[in-house]
Amino acid sequence: MNRPPHHQPDFILDIEARASLLCVIRQALSAWCQRAGLDTDRTDRICLAVDEAAANIIRHAYAGASGRIRLSAFEERDSEPPMLRFVLDDDGTQVDLKTIRARDLTDVRPGGLGVHLICEVMDEAAWEHRPEGGTRLTMRTLLTPLGNEPTQENVHHA
Amino acid sequence: MHSKDHAPLTIDIEQREEMLVIRPSGEIDLASSPQLRAVLQSNLATGSDPVVIDLGGVPYMDSSGVATLVEALQTCRRIPRDLTLARLTDRVASIFKISKLDAVFTVTEDVA
Repeated sequence: MNRPPHHQPDFILDIEARASLLCVIRQALSAWCQRAGLDTDRTDRICLAVDEAAANIIRHAYAGASGRIRLSAFEERDSEPPMLRFVLDDDGTQVDLKTIRARDLTDVRPGGLGVHLICEVMDEAAWEHRPEGGTRLTMRTLLTPLGNEPTQENVHHA
Repeated sequence: MHSKDHAPLTIDIEQREEMLVIRPSGEIDLASSPQLRAVLQSNLATGSDPVVIDLGGVPYMDSSGVATLVEALQTCRRIPRDLTLARLTDRVASIFKISKLDAVFTVTEDVA
């Protein structure tokens, strides 16, 4: 079976930005990850990172307004090393990209953990403003982990 | 993730002798964490019995759920009253570990 080139996603989900639909995103993505051969632990962690990213879109980009979230997933099996790439696009309010960062975890307080979780699970996470409006988050992670721990230094602001 | 994971969140409250047990059941995410927050706020602010939140029926939790429990911990510390998290599933334990909050909470394997 021919695999699509990297610019064509293997999986696309275009869904209303609503908290009650986060479970649908997780369930669909979980099925895709398992089909891609990931074990349960990796699948759960990726679903958590994407859930956090989508929740941030709902809370900050749309902030109660209606809108769409488009999730695309790519298997980059031909890259070296093979990677998985996840792209979330929204049409919401663009926030200052410099404000998107993992917070100091020694400060025990509610909230602000989402970006930290994304950066812990993914090997790369980059936010950029889309020229047509809204924001794009691109996350990449090794298809097969090497045992290396991702660091928050992998956060990039376009 | 199985379809049973997506059942609506239900929260049972059991007042035992000298212990309050709060038992959420279902996924805790951005949609359902306000429900848990409301129950915790209304039950933790009064009384001084130790509180156990039994998470054995919670197959999934995101950072909004963690934030809700951090807020509950802060409320209990102010009173003060003891707060314990019990019976964390592997998935839920994992998010506490990634968040480096596993050492902040008292966690037990069973509800006493």
